[in-house]
Amino acid sequence: MATNVSAQARAQSTSFPAMALIAGWLIPGAGHFLQRKWIRGGLLMVSIVAMFIIGLALKGKIYSPNTGDLLDILNFAGDLGNGLLYVLARIFDLGQVTVQVATADYGTKFMVVAGLLNIISAVDAHSLATGRKRS
Amino acid sequence: MTISHFGAVLLFALFTSIVFGITQRSEPRTMIRFGAFCFVLFVGGTIAASWIMWMIKH
Repeated sequence: MATNVSAQARAQSTSFPAMALIAGWLIPGAGHFLQRKWIRGGLLMVSIVAMFIIGLALKGKIYSPNTGDLLDILNFAGDLGNGLLYVLARIFDLGQVTVQVATADYGTKFMVVAGLLNIISAVDAHSLATGRKRS
Repeated sequence: MTISHFGAVLLFALFTSIVFGITQRSEPRTMIRFGAFCFVLFVGGTIAASWIMWMIKH
């Protein structure tokens, strides 16, 4: 029975799973948009982009590739999860100031967590595309 | 932009709960319930931790 449900879900899947994963990573919510999950994709996009922008507005730091402290490397990995948002922030030289107040530290964490949440949503879009997640 | 510490908690809990609700459940009703559960847990956990730290200090 479970196999039939899974097979039906796979048959209903219209897009390539890898494309949903990569699109979801580059643009928050895009993986869900590809599967015509407009409301879910929109909510994911608004949440992740808002967290990233609030992080920037709080003067949070954006990490660049580094081989220093382990926590710096992990924070960079989290920031990288933001996809094109991270690339844009680096191009426009945003988030490069030194953290001086507590709320700026919150901003840094907002952007790292936004990246991690974006990875979760991209994987969710991939699961929807493969049929591993029912709906 | 300036924000209070509690305001930051509320925003963080709101956005994180939305993503958790959508990605960790399959049905819309359970998504809302799980999202609300996460939000309450985030905010409640922060308030509880704050009181514990206050009691340790005093």
